[in-house]
Amino acid sequence: MKLCALGVFAVNFFLDMFGLVIMADIIHIIQTKYYYLVVIFLMMIGLYATISTRNLIKKIIGINIFQISVFLFYITMSKVKHGTAPILWDKSHVYDNPLPHVLILTAIVVSVSTTAVALALIINIHKEYGTIEEDMILEKQKLDIDRSNIA
Amino acid sequence: MKFIQELPVLIIVIPLIFALIIPLVGRLNRLIPWIISSTITFFCFLISISLLMTVLDTGKISYWLGGWEPPWGIEYAIDYLNAFVLVVVSFVAFIVSLYSRRSVELEINEDKRSVFYCVYMLFITGLMGIVITGDIFNIYVFLEISSLSGYALIAMGRKREALVASYNYLILGTIAATFILIGIGYIYMATGTLNIADLQERLPALFHSKMVLVALGFFTVGLSLKLALFPLHTWLPGAYAYAPSVVSCIMAATATKVGVYAMLRIIFGVFRIEFDIHFIPIANILIVISSMAIIVGAALAITQTNLKRMLAYSSVGQIGYIVLGAVLADQEAMTGSVIHILNHALMKGALFMVVGCIVYKTGIEDISGLRGMGKKMPFTMAAFTIAGLSMMGVPLTVGFVSKWYIAIGALNAEMWYLIPVIITGSLLSAVYIWRIIANIYFPDELPEHELQYTDGGAEITNHKSQYSEAPWSMLGPTMALAALCIYFGISATAPLYIAEKAAVMLLQQ
Repeated sequence: MKLCALGVFAVNFFLDMFGLVIMADIIHIIQTKYYYLVVIFLMMIGLYATISTRNLIKKIIGINIFQISVFLFYITMSKVKHGTAPILWDKSHVYDNPLPHVLILTAIVVSVSTTAVALALIINIHKEYGTIEEDMILEKQKLDIDRSNIA
Repeated sequence: MKFIQELPVLIIVIPLIFALIIPLVGRLNRLIPWIISSTITFFCFLISISLLMTVLDTGKISYWLGGWEPPWGIEYAIDYLNAFVLVVVSFVAFIVSLYSRRSVELEINEDKRSVFYCVYMLFITGLMGIVITGDIFNIYVFLEISSLSGYALIAMGRKREALVASYNYLILGTIAATFILIGIGYIYMATGTLNIADLQERLPALFHSKMVLVALGFFTVGLSLKLALFPLHTWLPGAYAYAPSVVSCIMAATATKVGVYAMLRIIFGVFRIEFDIHFIPIANILIVISSMAIIVGAALAITQTNLKRMLAYSSVGQIGYIVLGAVLADQEAMTGSVIHILNHALMKGALFMVVGCIVYKTGIEDISGLRGMGKKMPFTMAAFTIAGLSMMGVPLTVGFVSKWYIAIGALNAEMWYLIPVIITGSLLSAVYIWRIIANIYFPDELPEHELQYTDGGAEITNHKSQYSEAPWSMLGPTMALAALCIYFGISATAPLYIAEKAAVMLLQQ
């Protein structure tokens, strides 16, 4: 709820500055669906990191953040209001949808294996090129091409 | 009888299990991994033929994994389209596996060979899984199985650039797979089901929902990245050029085709054709993009000096043809598109196998190095010529059949302006293929010192036009694919029959 209050404050501040009148809508979205905003926020951070950095490991970190945002998206949509864990229990008959959790378990495994393969590749790239900066690798590749042309 | 009913799952489980057995027994004898992988892929080919026959006899096969009834359980659903692509994939996998022995001996270190075949089997498993499954989340899982093994296979290339190419493919491939995962999330949110047949029934009621629109957007971008549609093709040339020859063969011939299959299945199978046209102009967008792919892919292929890279760019153009035929939403064009999955697998497989033979015999990958090769390796070059003519779309070869159907479909759909695009693509491919054919048969004078042949990487001879053909274990499969290029160009009735049924099914759901 603190996050909500912070969001409301931020939106108010923003709207005061520009004098917009759709405040009620935006506040409503933030109050009721802030978890999706978190997902979008993480997704954009992840994609931006993947595209913008030139360091191979940082790219992998970006990809991981991107994937985790999607995991959160699945987990969020499986939540049912006042739901409990999906087990037989006398005190509650409402439970969360367990299927997205299972799907995400699979997706996490996939994500971990992707990271493992990527890191193995990076180790080999470092062995071969002596660097994990993309710019340096490109320079060395150009040198390779020049050398093969001369030879 | 019981055994026959379990075939749909066996085609996945058998290669998966043997993938794990290969590295265990691979140390006993260096031939064992190759024997196992060839036998198993041949077995898969037989199973897929039998599945195709069953589909032709009785219609759709539905296999319930663990006996759980769909839409609750996972279903393997096989119809005309699946069965057709399954036969193509398993056949190419078998042929490439037969071909691979000598090439792998040359290009891959001894300690990695059994692991290579292990990953190769995993790759095939992933591809066949994408094709056979009737569950959309399963498509994602199998897509990642095939992609992850694909990254490993590419990274086994001899040059150090292979590692970087593999890494770039990994980044883009993972983004693509995650996009597909988001798409699946959205349609699951909208419908509460993951079974493709069930989605087909439930989605039309929700076509006005923004969730479904967003899902289609994510699917389209993710799948376009996976199948290397034009602006998103950047990973493909590097990956094909630096991968070991065998890997280039199998990836060019099957991986992108399976991507196209997944696109057909999701755009036309899960969403319906009227959604693609009326609710969001995705079909029109894809028509423009794929036309650009046809022209730009072929034009970029002309500028290349590396043979593998040239063929990779030509793949980009050919994928444009397949997608163009599909999104015209006309029965003839769709038939052309489906049959081009087979045809392109045959000709690109043959072309990359020829490159593998050349690399095995001479180590040359540059186009300029091919001068006078027609006398040196006559059979290999004959195969190259046949497959190259197919690529141009000369009549009596397979390329002509599919381009003809796509062109007719474009006329039926009243889009005559696509005909020049199709023809320009063919002409441009004639330029890049003919440049090589002229080079190999009608060479200019060449200084003696430029010709250095290494026999299996060992002997070096300096004789110019000496006959030195690739070993029969490599030549046989290459010639077989080239022969099929002509056979299916002359008598295309059988694949056309199946492709037509698949097209009708895709368009009338």
